[in-house]
Amino acid sequence: MIKLSRFLKPYRAAVAAVLGFVFLQTIAELSLPTLMADIINTGVMKGDTNYIWHVGGRMLLVAGGSAIAAVLVSYLSARVASGFGRDLRGRVFSRVESFSLHEFDKIGTATLITRTTNDITQVQMVTVMILRMMVMAPIMAIGGTILAVSRDGSLSLILVVSVPLLAGVIALLASRAIPLFTLMQTKLDKLNRVLREGLTGIRVIRAFDRVDYERRRFEEANRDLTATAIRVNRILAILFPVLMLTMNFTSIAIVWFGGIRIDNGHLAIGDMMAFIQYAMQIMFSLVMVSMMFVMIPRAEASAVRVNQILETAPEINDPSRPASATGQRGRVEFKDVTFGYAGAEQPALSHISFRAEPGQVTAVIGGTGSGKTSLISLIPRFYDVDSGQVLVDGVDVREMTQEELRAKIGFVPQKAVLFTGTIADNIRYGKETATDEEVRRAAEVAQATEFISGMKDGYDSEIAQGGTNVSGGQKQRLSIARALVRKPEVYVFDDSFSALDFKTDSRLRHALRKETADATVLIVTQRVSTVMDADQIIVLDEGKIAGIGRHKELLTTCPVYREIVSSQLSEEEMA
Amino acid sequence: MSTEQRGQQNGGAGAGPRPGAGPGAGPGFGPGRDPGRGGPMGGGPHAGMMMPGEKAKDTRGTLRRLVVYLQPRRPQLSVIIGMAVLSTIFSIVGPKILGKATTKLFEGIVAKMMRVPGAHVDYTYIGRIILLLAGLYLLSALFSYIQQYIMAGVAQNTVFDMRRDVEAKLARLPLKYFDSRTHGEILSRVTNDIDMVSSTLQQGVTQLITSAVTIVGVLIMMLTISPLLTLIAVVTLPLSFVATMAIAKRSQRYFGTQQKTIGELNGHVEEMYTGHAIVKAFGREKRSVAEFGAINDRLYDAAWRAQFVSGILFPLMNFINNIGYVFVSVVGGIMVTKRTIEIGDVQAFIQYSRQFSQPIVQTANIVNIIQSTIAAAERVFEVLDEAEQIPDPVPAKVVKEPKGDVRFDHVDFSYKPDVPLIEDMNLEVKPGESIAIVGPTGAGKTTLVNLLMRFYEVRDGRITVDGVDIRNMKRGDLRRMTGMVLQDTWLFNGTIRDNIAYGREGATEEEIVQAAKAARADRFIRSLPEGYDTVLNEEASNISQGQKQLLTIARAILADPAILILDEATSNVDTRTEVLIQRGMRELMKGRTNFVIAHRLSTIRDAGLILVMNNGRVIEQGTHHELLAKNGFYADLYNSQFAKAGTVEAVG
Repeated sequence: MIKLSRFLKPYRAAVAAVLGFVFLQTIAELSLPTLMADIINTGVMKGDTNYIWHVGGRMLLVAGGSAIAAVLVSYLSARVASGFGRDLRGRVFSRVESFSLHEFDKIGTATLITRTTNDITQVQMVTVMILRMMVMAPIMAIGGTILAVSRDGSLSLILVVSVPLLAGVIALLASRAIPLFTLMQTKLDKLNRVLREGLTGIRVIRAFDRVDYERRRFEEANRDLTATAIRVNRILAILFPVLMLTMNFTSIAIVWFGGIRIDNGHLAIGDMMAFIQYAMQIMFSLVMVSMMFVMIPRAEASAVRVNQILETAPEINDPSRPASATGQRGRVEFKDVTFGYAGAEQPALSHISFRAEPGQVTAVIGGTGSGKTSLISLIPRFYDVDSGQVLVDGVDVREMTQEELRAKIGFVPQKAVLFTGTIADNIRYGKETATDEEVRRAAEVAQATEFISGMKDGYDSEIAQGGTNVSGGQKQRLSIARALVRKPEVYVFDDSFSALDFKTDSRLRHALRKETADATVLIVTQRVSTVMDADQIIVLDEGKIAGIGRHKELLTTCPVYREIVSSQLSEEEMA
Repeated sequence: MSTEQRGQQNGGAGAGPRPGAGPGAGPGFGPGRDPGRGGPMGGGPHAGMMMPGEKAKDTRGTLRRLVVYLQPRRPQLSVIIGMAVLSTIFSIVGPKILGKATTKLFEGIVAKMMRVPGAHVDYTYIGRIILLLAGLYLLSALFSYIQQYIMAGVAQNTVFDMRRDVEAKLARLPLKYFDSRTHGEILSRVTNDIDMVSSTLQQGVTQLITSAVTIVGVLIMMLTISPLLTLIAVVTLPLSFVATMAIAKRSQRYFGTQQKTIGELNGHVEEMYTGHAIVKAFGREKRSVAEFGAINDRLYDAAWRAQFVSGILFPLMNFINNIGYVFVSVVGGIMVTKRTIEIGDVQAFIQYSRQFSQPIVQTANIVNIIQSTIAAAERVFEVLDEAEQIPDPVPAKVVKEPKGDVRFDHVDFSYKPDVPLIEDMNLEVKPGESIAIVGPTGAGKTTLVNLLMRFYEVRDGRITVDGVDIRNMKRGDLRRMTGMVLQDTWLFNGTIRDNIAYGREGATEEEIVQAAKAARADRFIRSLPEGYDTVLNEEASNISQGQKQLLTIARAILADPAILILDEATSNVDTRTEVLIQRGMRELMKGRTNFVIAHRLSTIRDAGLILVMNNGRVIEQGTHHELLAKNGFYADLYNSQFAKAGTVEAVG
């Protein structure tokens, strides 16, 4: 929380004003009992009705002043906290957008989402509470104590007992309840996990007739959570009765001891009544703080998570002096590239060297986990190599701006991702300025026209969030169209035809051939049929190149390739 | 000032531990919200009353059902209510009694000032009163504690029952139900909605009682002190009421806008983060940030307004309250001088008037919360009311030694009533036969399996296993005869051993290892640092997709079923690994009836019978060679798979 408070800097003046108004409000609230004491001491004792009315008028003014101050506090703190939240959110979002895939892998997409949304809101919420309530507590405590002491120093000794007692009780309960709250959250997460697993695996669970087993698992998590929840709530059940009791006993003590002092002529009766109210106000401000003791640790945890993002510097940055392309347009070259993911024991790729030329199709084939996707992820510089070089247009990708580099590439990922918007919007994502004709043409090549025209609004049909209203194959085709509309120098297809049935697949590849005639095409695949007619096939095995060449050559020279082929084609087909 | 805190304890308008939505979770109620559904950025503690309260469709009915849930805990509940009432009454009486002490004190002192002979402060009297008070307060605190203590058990156990019932219900619902709903939606009913019920039970119910008792009690006390002063105090009430209403109305609007904007913002964040690679690949970071900025600005605008307007309520109420306080002080003071009232009563009255408006605001607040709770409970009950799958027959027929003779007899089926999928399907598979089912996506291949496993009910016709209609068996028995390996490699958060052992309850270590060996998974498992004890993380991302598939195969092998279903089982592993797995699978398939659904035609060439499906019908059947010779749909499909790009003819 404290680290994040640097984002409050632009609001320094407003925060100072909040403190000022809270101070005024507190003073006003405290002076009401003081004035009431005057009514009793002077007005009532002397029977001076005029004086009573007069003081009453002053009280109204004070109450009004207090209200105005409080409204201003509310206004300013709303503005400050919302502004703070907005700034923080903006900062976090643009930081995350600058992250490379590396940071995404490391932190995790799901938690990045929660951090940008919930966590920041949590912090923002608590900021409002702090500004509005928490800062009031010490001011109230100090002001109340000063006034109480000024009324009667020795009677204030009661406060010396009761206030620390109250604070102690709150602290004690907080120290016991907070860990339990954390525990409860973990158990709730566990329950949710069991349930989620039960939902995602419902077919398997039923198929293996393990419904009862799952029920026991859920029951156990449920019981566990319930037990903790009961414990927390039973501990907290002590809190309010004890608070009440302390405050009530304080007021009784004040009446008793105050009575003696009044009797001895040390104290006026109105002062005693005011004194009780001061004591209550001090204690009540403590209670206010105690009410927030659940929020603070939670917000603190959020703040830590948010901070972590802000402290993560993106690993991939643009060069200060970008080099411009010199070499052959569209040529992609790997020079002795070795690359490993953070935390992985073995490099995902080692000593990869090859060259992909414009007008040619380079296919990358290999088993699962052989490093195919890692290899092509290096071309748009999603990751940086550990050693060696990746060159596009003859320039090391690290010497270009990311924008310039990626503008050259039409990337089609393994898992098609679409965005909210119309079909046309999604295709235009590849090129904002694309004309309708270009969009239509790209869709046609991607074999998407048929299903698009089958939809009610054609190109203007809305894609739901996450693309849930189109099938996997349709998503892939749109994602291909999105890359095509760019007319890039380099096409990268990462196993992008997997959800297509074979007929569509072959029609698509046929259409692509013409469309991408001048470009460099890299295709990652597991299907031999896709690579057979490639100009160059790169066979990957456990992160190393097992062979490069054409289909026929590799059949004789590369045993790994032969194995892959024989696992897919029959003898006569291999010829 | 005894009872002043009473009102405040229950949460002064704004700061109290109200079970508001979202992060403002105060002490004493259910677990924090799962950031899954709806508005994770929900309002703060202020939002409780300010959020637009959603209404249940059938408030009464839902309430009645909630009461049914509480029925078994009636004794505890009556104790709770009794304790709450007593505790409140005791603490309400406090100020009046304390006032008596003050009056006595005042009288003594005035008498002394008047130099009345023998005048003294009656300490014995005051002492007695104070002792009485101390006793009352102790009792009040004790009752309040007992009440909350019991309530913790009642509330949490009720919620426990509810969760258990919903889970049990989910287990009885047909798969059809899950198809039409997202996991998030179902999850949120079991967690968020039930949590809402939990918090309200924990806090709301007793607060409602206490507030009601406080209002009535305070009113009575005030009236017994002075009807005139009561009138003054009550006059401020409509003022508070109007103020609350006006603010609530406006702030609801702002909170609505805020909620909507938050939804937009979350949507954008989610989309951009999940599509991060694409955003990067197409160089759209700047656009994305700009768009975020625009939404963020709108959110700021809505958020501060909502915050501000709802934040005004507290000062406003306080102000109105203070006005009452001033008038009571003034008029009370004058009345004391006129001797129409005693000073202790003024003191007591001030306290009463101070705590009068709070429970009223609070009641409005709680009513709102209870309303949303009922809506939440209704969503839970909706789940409980869903039509269940047809119960297992009693007595059920049992196939003692399943052989795996499967027969589809004029089967009709459709997922949606008006879109027929499978019509008049006939199929006979003899024990030990292997049937491959191929066809384009949506042809109904998986549906066939779903029907066989009785995940769905046939609309017409029947399916028999070893001559017994599957509807006459227990689902569990039927499913224990069958083993399934799906494309979707479902594994759970646990060790590899546990995941394999899932195939059969009570499997021995040796059997598990045997199964892993048969599935060709043993080698990679042993290469992991923890071996069979390796814990799969939540997304099981610590092993590869192919390895996951191997584990699911091992799981099916362990189950040792008479009928084996491989639904695209190897589509996630590369073909070389597949060759390895298939050796294991061939072993596994021996002596069983096998259904192999495949996308990759290379995997099914050796099947004894290939069914070619399209549009819910079997359009061709035969062996690989027969079908190729037929040169029909299958041949077409097969050839296209091995076609060179551009040509649609077989290679070689």
